[in-house]
Order: sequence, then C-alpha cells, then structure tokens
Amino acid sequence: MATTTIQPQTTVHHDDGHEHEHHEGNFWTTYVFSQDHKTIAKQFLITGMAWALIGGLFSVIFRLQLGFPEATLEWLRPVLGGWITPEGKLDPEFYLSLVTMHGTIMVFFVLTAGLSGTFSNFLIPLQVGARDMASGFMNMLSYWFFFLSSAVMFVSLFLSTGPASGGWTVYPPLSALPQAIQGSGLGMTLWLVSMALFIVSTLLGGINYITTVINMRTNGMSFTKMPLTIWAFFFTAIIGLLSFPVLFSAALLLIFDRSFGTSFFLSDIYIAGEALSNVGGSPILFQHLFWFLGHPEVYIVLLPALGITSEIIATNSRKPIFGYKAMVGSMMFIAILSFIVWAHHMFVTGMNPFLGSIFTILTLIIAVPSAVKIFNYVTTLWGGNIRFTPAMLFSLGLVSFFLTGGITGLFLGNSAVDIQLHDTYFVVAHFHLVMGSASFFGMIAGVYHWFPKMFGRMMDDRLGYIHFWMTFVGVYLVFFPMHYIGIAGFPRRYYSWTNFETFSGWTDLNMLVSIAAILTLSAQFIFMFNFIYSIFRGKLAPANPWNSTTLEWTTPRFPQHGNWPGEIPTVYRWPYDYSKPGAKEDFIPQTVPYSETPESNLKHENDLIKLEMGSGSGVVTGNGH
Amino acid sequence: MSDMKIENMRIVEEPKKPLAMNPKKFGLWLFLTTVVMVFASLTSAYIVRRAEGDWKIFELPSLFYWTSIAIVISSITMHMAYLYAKKDNREMVQTLLTITGLLGIAFLIGQFYGWVQLVSSKIYFVGNPSESFVYVLSGLHGLHLVSGVIFLAVVWRKSALGKLVSGNLAQFEMCMTYWHFLGGLWLYLFLFLSLYR
Repeated sequence: MATTTIQPQTTVHHDDGHEHEHHEGNFWTTYVFSQDHKTIAKQFLITGMAWALIGGLFSVIFRLQLGFPEATLEWLRPVLGGWITPEGKLDPEFYLSLVTMHGTIMVFFVLTAGLSGTFSNFLIPLQVGARDMASGFMNMLSYWFFFLSSAVMFVSLFLSTGPASGGWTVYPPLSALPQAIQGSGLGMTLWLVSMALFIVSTLLGGINYITTVINMRTNGMSFTKMPLTIWAFFFTAIIGLLSFPVLFSAALLLIFDRSFGTSFFLSDIYIAGEALSNVGGSPILFQHLFWFLGHPEVYIVLLPALGITSEIIATNSRKPIFGYKAMVGSMMFIAILSFIVWAHHMFVTGMNPFLGSIFTILTLIIAVPSAVKIFNYVTTLWGGNIRFTPAMLFSLGLVSFFLTGGITGLFLGNSAVDIQLHDTYFVVAHFHLVMGSASFFGMIAGVYHWFPKMFGRMMDDRLGYIHFWMTFVGVYLVFFPMHYIGIAGFPRRYYSWTNFETFSGWTDLNMLVSIAAILTLSAQFIFMFNFIYSIFRGKLAPANPWNSTTLEWTTPRFPQHGNWPGEIPTVYRWPYDYSKPGAKEDFIPQTVPYSETPESNLKHENDLIKLEMGSGSGVVTGNGH
Repeated sequence: MSDMKIENMRIVEEPKKPLAMNPKKFGLWLFLTTVVMVFASLTSAYIVRRAEGDWKIFELPSLFYWTSIAIVISSITMHMAYLYAKKDNREMVQTLLTITGLLGIAFLIGQFYGWVQLVSSKIYFVGNPSESFVYVLSGLHGLHLVSGVIFLAVVWRKSALGKLVSGNLAQFEMCMTYWHFLGGLWLYLFLFLSLYR
C-alpha cells in the first residue's frame, strides 16, 4: 500500500470526490464578490496598479513645480482646473495635497494593499498547499473594505477644498485645524474615514494570512519547509496585526479632536491673535502613536518584497538560497526590532538626548539582519547559473536599492547627524530608495514571476527588459541627486526655493531629477501595456515556466477554485533543491519524495525515506473522507 | 534504533493537521490581539500624556464599581452555562445565557449612567485630556461589549433552536472567550483608571 502512494504525482490527479470544490458561479460571484483567493489577489493587484498610476502622476506634477519653477503649467488647467492659479502656477496648497496624497497612496494603497494584498492572497494557499484561505468570506470582506477605503480617498481628490494636505503623517495641529490649511477640512475627514476602513481591511486580511499559514499547511509542510515568501508574508501579517490597531487609536483621538472639540493633541494655539479653547493636549503624543505604526509599516511594505526576491533569486540562480534559517531569523529579528525604534523619526521633537541615543543604538542594530539578507542574496548569486528574466532583474534591482538606500539609514538613524539631515531631501532619498523603490521592485518582480500562474500566459520579456532598465536607471537618477540636495539643507515638502538665496544654486540638479521622474513614470506605461496585452494575447504559459520547486507550479494552468483538481500534494523536501549534485534535472519539486531521488540524496535524507512511507499511507487514509 | 523508527512512522501515519486549533477560534484570538493593541496604545497614550503635567484629577463614578461587579458575575454565569451545555442541559443553558445577557445590558446601562454621574460632577468629554480619556476608554469598551451581547444573542438563538449540542460547542466557546476577555478588559481599564489618576 505504501509503495503505491509515495508517488504524489499519481495521487495528485486522482479524482476522489472533490468535484464540489470547483462549482461554477455567475459573473458576480466569480469576478466581483469572489471568495476565491486567486481572484481576490488579482482584484488587489489591479486596484493597486490603478493607485500606483495616480500616485505616480501626482509625483510628476509636483516634480514639474520643483524642477521647473518658472514654467507655466497652464496646459494642466483642463485637468486641474482651479488648482492652477491665474498666473499659470500650481496652487501652493494643492502642491501640499499632492505631496500628501502621493505618500498616502504609495505607502498604504500600493505597497501595503497592492503588495501584501496581492501576493499574500495569491501565494499563501498555493505555496502552503491549501484549497483557499481560512475564511474566504473574510478575505472577500478584506478586499471590499479596501475598495470602499479607496473610493472614499478617491472622492476626496475632487473636493473643492482639496484632499488632505498635512503630509502623509498627518501631524496635528496642522491636520486637526481646518483654519490651518484648506485640506484639513473635509479632505482630512475623508482621509481619516478612508484610513479607518483601510485598517479594518488590513486586519481582516492579516488574521486570514496568519491563520492560513499556521493551520492549513498540507501534509509534510513543516515550518522549515515553507518557502521564504510565506515566512515573509507571515511576519508581515503579524507586524500589521500589532501595529495597525495603534494607528486606529491615533486616528480615533484625532477624530475626537477635530470633530468633538477634545484636546488630546491640541494646546495653546492662537489663530489670528485669537486663542483656541483647546488646552492640555500634546502634539508629540500623536507622533508617538503614529510612528508606533509608522515604523513597522516600513517593514510591512518591505518584508513581502524581500520574500518574493528570495524566491526569485534562488529560482533564477538555480541554487539553493544561501542561509535559509538565517533568512528566516533575520526577518524575525527585523520584525521584532521594528517595534522598538519608532522614536528615531522624532529625534528633533525635543526628546531627552539619552533616550535619543538608546533609539540610535536600537536603530543601528537593524543594519545587522539587513546585512545578513544582502549577504545571503549575494552568496546565493555567487557561482549560480543565473537566468536574467525580467523578474530576476527587478529582484537584483531590489538588492541594489536595499543596499544603497539602507546605508544612508545609518546616517539618519544617528540622533546627532539627524539634527542636520532631519526633514531634508536626504530623508526623501533614503526612504524612497530603501522602502519605496525596493518594495516597488519586489512587487513588479513578483508580477513578472507569477504572471504565468495568475493569467496562464507569459509577459513579453523584451518589453520587460526595457521596462527594467528605464526604471532602474530612472530611479537612481531621481533619488541619487536628492542626497546632495538634502545635504545642502533643502527641506522637504517646500513648494518653492527660488525665494531663498541659499538654495538657488541647485536648480539644474532639481531639473534633472524631474526629467528622470518623467522618464521613470513613462516606463511604467510600457509595463501597463505589457501586463494588459499579455493577459489576452501573451504566449501560453507552460505549467512550470521557471522550473521552480514550489507547490503553486504543481497546479493546472488555470487552477480552479480549490487549486488542485485532486488530492492536495504532500510535501517531502524544502523548497530550494536547485542544482542538487547527482540529480537528473537542476530542480527537484517539493512534492518529489526522497525515495525517488536516491542518486542525489544526502545521507540524512536517505534516513527520511522510511518516514515518507509512513506519511504516504497517511494520504491513503485521507482518501477515505 | 529500529524501534525508534517504527515509533516515528506511527507518528507520521496519522493524517494530522499541523496545529490542532480550530481556525475560527485561532482567528478570534488574533482579533483579540488587535483589541488588546488598541487599548494598550490608548492606555500608554494616557500614561505619556499624564507624565507631561496639567492633568486634572477627579473621582471615577461610583456606578463603575457596581458595573464591575455585574460584569464579573456575568462571566461566572457564562461559564456555568458552558458547563451545563457540556451536559446538554438546555433549560439551564437558556436561563444562564439570559442572565448573562441581561447582566451585560445592565452593565452597559450602568456605564451610561456612570457618564451621567460624571457630567453632573462637571467632568465633560470635552475638557482636560484626563477627562476625555475616561470617556474614550469606557466608551470604546462599551462598544465592544455591544458586539459581545450581539454574539451572545446569536448563541442564545442557536440554543433556543436546539442546535447547541455538547459535541459542537466551538461557537459557544468562542463567545465565552470573547465575553471573559471583555470582562477582563474592563477590570483592567477600571483598575488602570483608578490607580493612574
């Protein structure tokens, strides 16, 4: 009995009463209110891409103002209407709205929902071997809360007073008082409503991801056999679960301050000589609450990208990932550290310098696990049989940005140096490289890599290469000069510098940055075209186009609801058996038992064969249900 | 050596799930974690703000003592209902669940009149943050308790329809976990507000 069942390939296609798994729904239940994790993932992806386009366009508009302060933007009047002043300039308050919305959209809607929402949803059930998420209904709710949140934020863009404009960090009192800036009126209210809905969406999703990873793994999928993607999504979900409720608290108190007249964050404010009635609040308190979410949020954005990259780099180097346990350990260490470094965003709030040095040390410690990760990426590549697919190129791009952007973090994390660099373009350069571009590249790499599984077709490689080189060069051209601009003392979020003698010398560099930004954005249209074209006209994808080992490539070309037509495959080995000495091919899928590969087994793996027979008969007893 | 292997084989032969917990129960615990984080952040905000001075000190409403007693008793009746449910004693389950629900509603009414007491002693929601915090913490807890009462009503209905049988108590257990949690949360908040004035 055991001998027939140790071959999972034969049991996979056994049809044993699972027809009920792939029932046909109508258009609404299949494409709109779907509870299938793959459809929900695509919904997140497409919504995220739409937001990325809006966020990117916003950045180009404000870059036009910064790079070409003398130019007339009259030609944008048909789109922006009253936000172009009669002199043909961008309205200064609208400039601030654009900056705020660019940050909010990119951080939350693109790199949190678009990245985690897409890939956690798509890959967790497929890679751990589950038919779907723990709760498909909650998963659906998660997307629709995100959609509702998106809709509210989108509506706020069209208000006559403009969307929220107090910066994506929405510090009070600026964000609390409509008298301070127009965007702090209805725009800010909608921002808060939207974020509350967004938090609900993230928590619903996160609870599902954690539950699925812990409770729904297939037979044999022990924690040490999980792909690094799953580890990354798992830690991301835990971080989100612990930090987003804190943002909720901050938003709640801010709502009370704004709409009910309490004074949690407001005190001693005079507007046009008149004192406001609010006394006893502390604006610093908001910063503490905000950054308790805000810093972990950086890793919520980054960890999934790192997980995706680990997977892609190992697959395309045709080598096992170097230091699997070190990778897991460093991600866990980063996740823990992310909760105890938040005050490095607040060095100049007048905090006790001793406290500042504690946060400096804690912050600099993050360099250790980060360096471990970069080291492991490089050593995985070393001596590998590298295939430069677009996904691989974007993953390498991530490693590059993670390094160049991470190094400037050492400067900024230092409380003494930060006094000079705080709120300058140096900060903007740092986080756009290490968090923005790195995560964005991880997301794009993931799209190129798993597109065949998502849509059953291949994306065009040549367009992918053009997209990569334009974006990669573009991103460095945008953010590298910003370091110099920042060290020169240019403050971020300023509408114009031409009024200051000190800053008049850098107009050429700013012009370069703006031109590069336009170039980078235009490259994304190549990607958009490639993406949409390939969904309908791309080359048909083989079942396992990258010769990958993980479970998602054992599904049919178009996995139905339930993912595997027959029994869920059993897992026998870790996911990184690439180029194993002695093996027939340069990859051995996780579903191949050791008993089938005597030529490549290591000594301790031969000992495991007997155990496999045991679990094989377990599958047989499972057939009876 | 070979004995050990055979034993290992027997272990893996069982088609076991990696973790024996019901996914829904596990999800509930994760949800409770988020609630803990909301209140942990609010009470830490309270501590941080209090340390900055300009902090008004006042007495908590006396009704809060009575509501605390009510919520503790409701937890006891809830647990008794569970013990009877395991013995399939439907009548007692119904009675005890009803008492639990009524105590929960009594708690909510008591909290509301506690606010009335506060207002009458000129402690308003809009004022010094120390005053606002009492309203926010008790109000947010009350809101969660409303959801607890709704959950309880769902379980009560299930019991009334005779669908609550000793072999299938997962939902009941989740409701009980939530209820005990909310009771414990209130005791924490009450103790916190009394000690950190």
